[in-house]
Amino acid sequence: MTLTVSMTVNGESVSADVEPRTLLVQMLREHLGLTGTHVGCDTSQCGTCVVHVNGESLKSCTMLAVQAEGADVTTIEGVADGETLHPMQQAFHENHGLQCGFCTPGMIMSSLDLVKNNPDPSEREIREWLEGNLCRCTGYHNIVKSIDAGAKAMRS
Amino acid sequence: MTEQGIGAAIARREDRRFVTGQGHYTDDINRMGQTYAVFVRSPHAHAIINSISMDAAKGMPGVRDIFIGKDLADGGVGPLICGWAITDVNGEPHKAPPHPALAMGKVRHVGDPVAVVIADTQHQAMDAAAKVDVDYSVLDAAADLATAQGSNVQIHEEAPGNLCYEWEIGDKAAIDAAFDSAAHVTELEFLNNRLVPNAMEPRACVAEYDGGTGDYTLYLTSQNPHVHRLVMSAFNGLAPEHKLRVVAPDVGGGFGSKIFVYAEEVVLTWACRHVGRPIKWTAERSESFVTDAHGRDHVTKAELALDADGLFLAMRVNTMANMGAYLSTFASAVPTYLYATLLAGQYTTGGIYANVKAVFTNTVPVDAYRGAGRPEAAYVVERLVEAAAAETGRDPADLRKRNFVQKDAFPYQTPVVMQYDCGDFHGSMEQALALIGYTGFAGRKEASRADGKLRGIGFSSYIEACGIAPSAAVGSLGAGVGLWESANIRFNPTGNVQLFTGCHSHGQGHETAYAQIVADKLGVPYEQVDVIHGDTARIPFGMGTYGSRSAAVGGSAILKAADKVIEKGKKIAAHCLEASEDDIEFSAGNFTVTGTDKAMNIAEVAFTAYVPHNYPDGVEPGLDETAFYDPLNFSFPAGTHICEVEIDPDTGAVSIEKYAAVDDFGTLINPLIVEGQIHGGIAQGVGQAVLESAVYDGDGQLVSGSYMDYTMPRADDLPHYDVGFNSVPSPLNPLGVKGCGEAGAIAAPAAVMNAVHNALRDMGVNHVEMPATPQRVWEAIQGAQGAAE
Amino acid sequence: MYNFEYKKAGSVAEAASIIGADADAKLVAGGMTYIPTLKQRLAAPTTVVDMNGLGDLAGISVAGDTVTIGAMTRHAAVACSADVAAAIPALADLAGHIGDPQVRNRGTIGGSIANNDPAADYPAGLVGLGATVKTNRREVGADDFFIDMFETALEQDEIVTSVSFPKPVKAAYMKFPNPASRYAITGVFVAQAHDGVRVAVTGAGPCVFRVAAMEAALSSNWSADAVADISVSADGLNEDIHASAEYRAHLITVMAKRAVAKAG
Repeated sequence: MTLTVSMTVNGESVSADVEPRTLLVQMLREHLGLTGTHVGCDTSQCGTCVVHVNGESLKSCTMLAVQAEGADVTTIEGVADGETLHPMQQAFHENHGLQCGFCTPGMIMSSLDLVKNNPDPSEREIREWLEGNLCRCTGYHNIVKSIDAGAKAMRS
Repeated sequence: MTEQGIGAAIARREDRRFVTGQGHYTDDINRMGQTYAVFVRSPHAHAIINSISMDAAKGMPGVRDIFIGKDLADGGVGPLICGWAITDVNGEPHKAPPHPALAMGKVRHVGDPVAVVIADTQHQAMDAAAKVDVDYSVLDAAADLATAQGSNVQIHEEAPGNLCYEWEIGDKAAIDAAFDSAAHVTELEFLNNRLVPNAMEPRACVAEYDGGTGDYTLYLTSQNPHVHRLVMSAFNGLAPEHKLRVVAPDVGGGFGSKIFVYAEEVVLTWACRHVGRPIKWTAERSESFVTDAHGRDHVTKAELALDADGLFLAMRVNTMANMGAYLSTFASAVPTYLYATLLAGQYTTGGIYANVKAVFTNTVPVDAYRGAGRPEAAYVVERLVEAAAAETGRDPADLRKRNFVQKDAFPYQTPVVMQYDCGDFHGSMEQALALIGYTGFAGRKEASRADGKLRGIGFSSYIEACGIAPSAAVGSLGAGVGLWESANIRFNPTGNVQLFTGCHSHGQGHETAYAQIVADKLGVPYEQVDVIHGDTARIPFGMGTYGSRSAAVGGSAILKAADKVIEKGKKIAAHCLEASEDDIEFSAGNFTVTGTDKAMNIAEVAFTAYVPHNYPDGVEPGLDETAFYDPLNFSFPAGTHICEVEIDPDTGAVSIEKYAAVDDFGTLINPLIVEGQIHGGIAQGVGQAVLESAVYDGDGQLVSGSYMDYTMPRADDLPHYDVGFNSVPSPLNPLGVKGCGEAGAIAAPAAVMNAVHNALRDMGVNHVEMPATPQRVWEAIQGAQGAAE
Repeated sequence: MYNFEYKKAGSVAEAASIIGADADAKLVAGGMTYIPTLKQRLAAPTTVVDMNGLGDLAGISVAGDTVTIGAMTRHAAVACSADVAAAIPALADLAGHIGDPQVRNRGTIGGSIANNDPAADYPAGLVGLGATVKTNRREVGADDFFIDMFETALEQDEIVTSVSFPKPVKAAYMKFPNPASRYAITGVFVAQAHDGVRVAVTGAGPCVFRVAAMEAALSSNWSADAVADISVSADGLNEDIHASAEYRAHLITVMAKRAVAKAG
């Protein structure tokens, strides 16, 4: 049994026939081909799947696709302005805030939600905000630096 | 140094695809007609397989086929192998019992695969896998390393008493005599905790077979696609090498865990031909926990003998190393040649004896994880030295400096095989002391005390052996492969360059750093150099990336290929410029006739090579040079890391307050990338010291089998790192590089644990195991307070 | 994940009738515990009834000395609410430290308390403040709502609709998190509540519980010192690889002291 789910993803109206058990991340990756959103765990802790649903960061692995019916979803593919990187993406690049890149989309989506509510976060606030985003490569040092720089660029 | 050449801290070119979600990881790949594999795994640590009933599962919707171990054996699929043969104390080869890709007769760890279900969708495969009924007779498990050897539980018939090998290095009698004459002996017993690598990208593969050509293609999370192809062809017998293409696309971290040839990869490659469809398998994280090779897991008793002046006379080390249920691809080498040969550390210790017993247990196989043997060695040496300093009332920095190999004593032959090429151990120590602000420590400790906290400082002056390693040398020690590297520099007619490397980047930034090397050496604009890796159909045969070898070995191969380009270019330029080849100089991309202004740039030479209308006799057209580089020795990165912790005595919580690292990695190709490597390594080392532990219960169940119980380091667990460099270029390779990928993970555990012990000394605590979790620290304090009362 | 039927609830009554008729039908609110449970095939519901369309159940209101939070109110909404911060800052603080930001953006108070995970934060807040749980059928005091590990007073077809918190004189929550999951190993909520001093402990035992000895001591002397020497027996407390029962018992005292100090 499948259900037809429709939503807006990165500004485009999309729909797909999915099983009730299909997760939002599975719909994004497998039905819509948006493979920038990743799956790194099965206990909803790693944060590689973070997307924005109606403007808030959520774990797309912990939401059924059918629950996003009618929602406005933004994934990492929808962050840049054409070929121009978003200031947060640019900050991750300039500050070497990524290595293997697997956690990066989730990190960026999460950090954008932080900066939305807290435009000038302290180092401690950034580190605490990232509780739901795991990285195994960078030791977080340059991620924290990137978010600080990205927030600064977004303020100006 | 040019703006984008060797030494330039430029931001990575690979970032754009990752920050925009356009990376291509294995699970992002989908092939036409693709089916999905789900493995049926043992829930038991040790059990006889009585029967496997597949009838119900085979009738489930979408199921294409189900295979078990017998199907693979009947199909001629060879077992998984260990590629490094250790010779034991009796001159016998280690015990390497068969490791079928799907268990036959018996399962030996939780997660051991028993069957594979192939179905049209992932959900269908999962639904059917749940219907495969395996009847087990559960056996007692030997899950604990300390008691597995000689226990009643016999895991493999081929390995009596569960002993894989007993191995030793050094003259035991001489070392025993040195201990007898010592003024002071420091003795420690400790564990090196078992870790789960946890690259953020779970392992995955997609296998397909082209019936028209007989070609197999395997997309795979691999650090070394050619090693995979070689082993799967030569030992698993899946396909001849020339009919098997292995592609490791973007790989989301490896840390060693993606070196090895795993069951799933073998099974899918074989099965895709039988099913007649491409097959995909992607590990769920809980599956990664019970299938990815784990790391570390030693039990060690270590002793250091000192004379009255505090000089290190001798070291004696007895270690039991956990191999898990089967020997993984390079498991046997880790606690021997990558461990005991590093026990000299940075010191002039007179003699060293080490005995290593490798033991099978009913746990996931253990193999190389970031540092692989060297973190265990550094932990032994640096915990001993710090304890010796405390016991003899010496400043830990001074005791180290007293015993360091002097700067002018290189090359330095250690008592345990290695010959160090160069270094400046005193210089790194002094720089690290300044970076941490050692003279201010007493004040910071007092401030912590006023706040009800215990502050401690700890050192780790580590050394490691990287750039593994001369092929003849490793071959004599039991390696089944050579450890050279390849590079192919291909100029195109329009002057831009494609570099094909046998190394593989899974976060290390090769696409940037290697382009810097080519740009620097050949004077080609950085933007005009592309780096290609990870596809056996495109790159020359190469050995891949692990052991911090990509710069020292892979980078040297690039330099060697560049030399060949220059050599040929000189012939072409000499002809075109009507000069003698001997009079042609090459610099910054230009071939110049000595003493004249006649010149030709390398792009013009490349064009001439492909459009050879006016061309020297006897020179082949084209500008496309391949080089293979076999290193002369290991390289020896070393440094001093200093950590400060603050402990809350009420809860036992340890907070990392300051961390200073000064490292000698030789020449830095891209300091931005090198700093990132250090940061990540330190985080994994801090993780080992205070957070991470793979815990098995007595029945062999992995209790910390998800992120709910396995503590991954998070951003708020970690400090800002102060990083410095004290570079002494290696004379052993043309770049002068040493390798930086593992240093942080090697140095940090001892630095952190020495700081923890330093903080707790005032409380009367003298021993805490890793990870120093809040409960463990609190219990240690309670124990010491109880003993004092 | 096993397959199931999906039904988006149009009303509380509709949701109640579905789960009332089928014991294997389950409600999902934020899904922060339930969807991971489904993913790991630890549950096989016939029907998942989604409460997320019920906007009436979300929202925060303050009337007199009572703060009422709708069952579908997300943790982030409670944490960021100026009304909650003004009336019961300890509750906003508690909500702001549940899980991680993405969990707080999705997880709900109703889902959390109906699940009654022994390591969840909200049960300590409800019991510590003497809150009242309102359902589609009745009102239940927090002391009577939480029965045992993953067990509440809710009947099969009973659904939490809101929780009312009486404003305390002062209150604070301190938790010591599990290093891996970040759930509470031990969390202690202390309050000079509307009906006297309350000390509620989560994480340490199978279910949230009050510590009478601490409440008595704090009633006569509201200070960290008053609870410093009161120890709780380790008997019956939870044990896992991160914390023994003894360690949890010890942490109750430490966290209680710190909570009292934080409350001022």
